[in-house]
Amino acid sequence: MLDIVGKRYWFFAISLVVIVPGLIALAIWGFPLAIDFTGGSLLEVQFPSGQTPQPAEVVALYQDLGIGDPIAQTSGDTNILVRSKQIDQNDEAAIVKEMNTRFNTQVTVLSFESVGPSIGALVAERAAGAVGLATLGILGFITYAFRGVKHAIRYGVAAIIAMLHDVAVVIGVEAILGHFLGWQVDALFLTALLTVIGFSVHDSIVVFDRIRENANVHRRLQYETLVNHSIVQTLDRSINTQLTVALTLLALLLLGGVTTRHFVTILLVGVFSGTYSSIFNASPILVVWENREWNTWFRRRAAAASG
Amino acid sequence: MGQRYRRFIIPVLIVIAAAVWLVLPTNPGIHIGPINRDVQIVRGLDLQGGLRVLLEADLPDTVNITSDQMNTARNIVENRVNGLGVSEPVVQVAGNRRILVELPGVSDPQEAINTIKETGLLEFVALDNQQEALTLVGQTIKTDFGQSNSTQVQPTPGPGTPQATTPPSTATTAPTATATASPDLTGTPEPTTAATAAAGSAASPTPTGPNKVFHTVMTGTALSGAQAGRNPTTGEYLVQFQLTNEGSKIFGDYTSSHVGGYLAIVLDNKVISAPRINSAIVGGSGEITGSFTQQEANNLAVQLRYGSLPIPLKVAEINSVGPTLGQDSLRKSAIAGVVGLLVVIAFMALYYRLPGLVADLALLSYAAITFSLFKLIPVTLTLPGIAGFVLSIGVAVDANILIFERMKEELRAGKSLVHAIDLGFSRAWPSIRDSNLSTLITCAILFWFGNTFGASIVKGFALTLAIGVLVSLFTAITATRVFLHTVLDNLEMAKHPRWFGV
Repeated sequence: MLDIVGKRYWFFAISLVVIVPGLIALAIWGFPLAIDFTGGSLLEVQFPSGQTPQPAEVVALYQDLGIGDPIAQTSGDTNILVRSKQIDQNDEAAIVKEMNTRFNTQVTVLSFESVGPSIGALVAERAAGAVGLATLGILGFITYAFRGVKHAIRYGVAAIIAMLHDVAVVIGVEAILGHFLGWQVDALFLTALLTVIGFSVHDSIVVFDRIRENANVHRRLQYETLVNHSIVQTLDRSINTQLTVALTLLALLLLGGVTTRHFVTILLVGVFSGTYSSIFNASPILVVWENREWNTWFRRRAAAASG
Repeated sequence: MGQRYRRFIIPVLIVIAAAVWLVLPTNPGIHIGPINRDVQIVRGLDLQGGLRVLLEADLPDTVNITSDQMNTARNIVENRVNGLGVSEPVVQVAGNRRILVELPGVSDPQEAINTIKETGLLEFVALDNQQEALTLVGQTIKTDFGQSNSTQVQPTPGPGTPQATTPPSTATTAPTATATASPDLTGTPEPTTAATAAAGSAASPTPTGPNKVFHTVMTGTALSGAQAGRNPTTGEYLVQFQLTNEGSKIFGDYTSSHVGGYLAIVLDNKVISAPRINSAIVGGSGEITGSFTQQEANNLAVQLRYGSLPIPLKVAEINSVGPTLGQDSLRKSAIAGVVGLLVVIAFMALYYRLPGLVADLALLSYAAITFSLFKLIPVTLTLPGIAGFVLSIGVAVDANILIFERMKEELRAGKSLVHAIDLGFSRAWPSIRDSNLSTLITCAILFWFGNTFGASIVKGFALTLAIGVLVSLFTAITATRVFLHTVLDNLEMAKHPRWFGV
């Protein structure tokens, strides 16, 4: 039988290898927050093919109209995306008019978004509250659902740690991709993150359920063996579920268009991480806790250093 | 063993048939007795294009706003929106300081927002001479209406009072009629000629200039009605207005003594037109002309008719999606959804064989039932909502995978087929129950999150995911079980474990 629990520190190390660079990227480049959180405006216009101006020309146009902080980027061959200080519908109309005259063309407004700073701050506040509340709710629920086994709260805590792992992976990937692809953290990203949280816990519970069941049947078995058995028994299911979800998300990613690409990519990363953490982190953490292995961590490190 | 499930087959089939009937694009709607409704997918603005505006009370946080004021403001906004002629607009109070407005199909945010959010304070202002009438149109001016009003459009409430634009009458002359136009202001019924005076008697002595404070003759409260119309001879668009009794008196008096003079029609401190008083207007009605387009005349009439807002509103958020992008997104997500569904169906059939095929049936039922619920409730289908739905397809088969993996285990352990099937369902149940409950908890929190601050995107996603989870419990467990037993009862060859991928 596969020995997953025995190699748990390897798997913890793999998690760190994924998470740490992401967090470093986050520390260096920061989190590019979208106007949903910072307030500001986003205008996406489409030019007739071949008449798309350079982003710098659009920036100059904004500056000539006295609109602060414009950042323009192309998206595809014909579209230009401009972020700026918050402007209203009249400014927007003026910009479109000016674009038509200056570039001698007829632009189509694909989307226009404008968010006041007060709303943005409120969203960020509420988002933090929502995540905190979800965490507490899940912790309470798992502790209740596993009340029949010893140390029920450990299952809740292990599931939350695995969930935080997935949050860290997603945030790290967002920081890296955001830097290179110009993605920004918006309300959709938040939705994706919350979905990943739900999925991660869903997966952890399936494995825990097996431990719960086996604990009642095989009372003699050592805890470590019991957990490993449970993981291996649910492995087929974990992989197959991951596969079906990943397939549907891939379909959305490849065929779903630009608008949801960021959202779906984050979901894909998060869902994969959720499956990984439910197998290789959540349940092994239970074993670490059962053996109180942190007592030996420093000794082990000392031994490794001397050896 | 399968006997117990046979009596469920009819109800399960009825549910699925009803769902399929509802999903058909040609569904005629439900018209039975008192129930009379169309069954249609409601598309979100991101899928059909349109304008979403979040209006916020423009008052300091310390000012307490009653829900009564919010509701009145909502009604006025709704009236103005209806005046725009948009089909199926949404106007709702979100939280205690905000109003959410959704206008499907509106592609010009400028015009729509300006009409909605104008405070709607209309003033008839005395002008001193023709020079002013010629230069001031389109300019913002100061008037002596209301002490606090001197700082222009800023809807300045006293520190405590949320009264901003309603004319509580600090006004010098009187609170009365409202209108806007440019060249001519004419009394419709009887043009009694009167005095010539041009220089407004009460006009401030300050010379013309940016700081001049003009005298307000009357305000919009004097109006009893307003309609857009056309001049029958010239075909020019205009706005006709009627005055209250008090209004006609004030207006009559003023125009009688100022024939030949000029009046400015000022909306939210902006001079819309400055017509010459050709004759005294004593009949209690008049019309405002200007070089209006039909739309402009209509919008103005709407603003005049529904009066001013009890609280000033500012635009907190604008979200406008052009029709091109909306259509494109809808088409692409629909294709992605179908492909995703087909891939999952193929995977289940290949991996789990007979039960996989049964699960595929359940999955199709799942898609039909979920979609019919979207139509029935109705759930506004947004782009993330579709993504949530596609994702839920993957999650919906999870319950089936859990059950089938369990069946295979029991078969390998040497249990008889029928026994293994029952064990598969009963042993997989606790994990299905607990994992889905935790997802529902997350959904509830997301829904609350989206609802409180008007983020309909997040709300829609949570709702579609929750519906998906609940329906998948029915299809993956009840429907799959009933189908599986029905197939087993009727197919001898099915009773071989090989069909179960063991």
